[in-house]
Amino acid sequence: MQEFLTYGIYGTAFFLMLLGLYAALVKKNLVKIVIGLSVLDSGLHLLFVAVGYISNGTAPIFSPAVVGKNVVMVDPVPQALVLTAIVIGFGVTAVALALVVRLYRKHNTTNIDEIKNLKW
Amino acid sequence: MKKVIIIGFLGVIAYYLLSAFASVPFGADLIKGVKDFYLDKSPNDLKVANVVTSIVVNFRGFDTLGEVTVLFLASTALGSILYRRRSHDSGLNPQRTAPEASALVQTGAKVIFPFTIMLGAYIFIHGHLTPGGGFQGGAIIATGFLLMLVSYRKFFIEHNALTWIEAIAGSTFVILGLLGLVYANNHNFLENFLPAGKLNDLLSGGIIGIIYVAVGFKVGAEITGILDTLLTVKETGLDPEEN
Repeated sequence: MQEFLTYGIYGTAFFLMLLGLYAALVKKNLVKIVIGLSVLDSGLHLLFVAVGYISNGTAPIFSPAVVGKNVVMVDPVPQALVLTAIVIGFGVTAVALALVVRLYRKHNTTNIDEIKNLKW
Repeated sequence: MKKVIIIGFLGVIAYYLLSAFASVPFGADLIKGVKDFYLDKSPNDLKVANVVTSIVVNFRGFDTLGEVTVLFLASTALGSILYRRRSHDSGLNPQRTAPEASALVQTGAKVIFPFTIMLGAYIFIHGHLTPGGGFQGGAIIATGFLLMLVSYRKFFIEHNALTWIEAIAGSTFVILGLLGLVYANNHNFLENFLPAGKLNDLLSGGIIGIIYVAVGFKVGAEITGILDTLLTVKETGLDPEEN
């Protein structure tokens, strides 16, 4: 079970990251590249939260139900970092999409092969 | 050919990632150090039930100020990237490129909209007690505005009001931090100087609750502004089918 969880959850996170990277490297459509970067982000967030998990741990919230009891809590630090990372990821996606809109207005296409003057 | 090379390259990355993480068993308590300090300090000294909130707003408060600044920069950059000079002979005439939604969607959006705002406000006001906080609540509020924006072609957002909300919320954050420099025990930026209260009370945690309410307003206004900029074309004489 332990082995399965280790490889299953980390494997899912790596799969999402590599899938996003693949899309960003192979796809020709700019919108698909931005989606690939978002998928890469999601995999990274999953990996972060998974590293912070502690077996049988509860959420790190001292609600009245757990105050005074001896409960194991998961690591709150990766969760706080992922909160930051999600917000930054949102900002990056928004600006990337704005650049795509701008390129589309100029060249009337989102295919990077047809935008000739980017090549040198 | 290119795809084969890229898949091989990704396979190499996957192999090294998996072999590195095989030594990190899932669910093991490996990262010793700051976790126990936060889990002890947050409910006992700061009286904040949600430890993630106390890390984000108090222990790493300066980082969160930078994060809010990044969001602000993103929305500003979006405005300047998508800016178009309007034609000089006519006034500003904002247009939505999407078609009008059906009557069912419009009525449903009108019913759900106030409750979405209420849920968002609940989540950022209770950020130090329950899961959630300023960023999540702000995102939920922006979702409500997005629903109205995609349902009604004539629903426009006053960008001046958004600017004022952002300015007031952002300065609240910074001013509370600066007051910590003067009134707090150790004279640190963003240190708590208000009475901490009782654990699991709404008015507990000192400045943490106030800062998260300010962050909620700011994030809600910023994301709403970003969505409105992306959805609305501010130019006259523009063919809606063009983009």
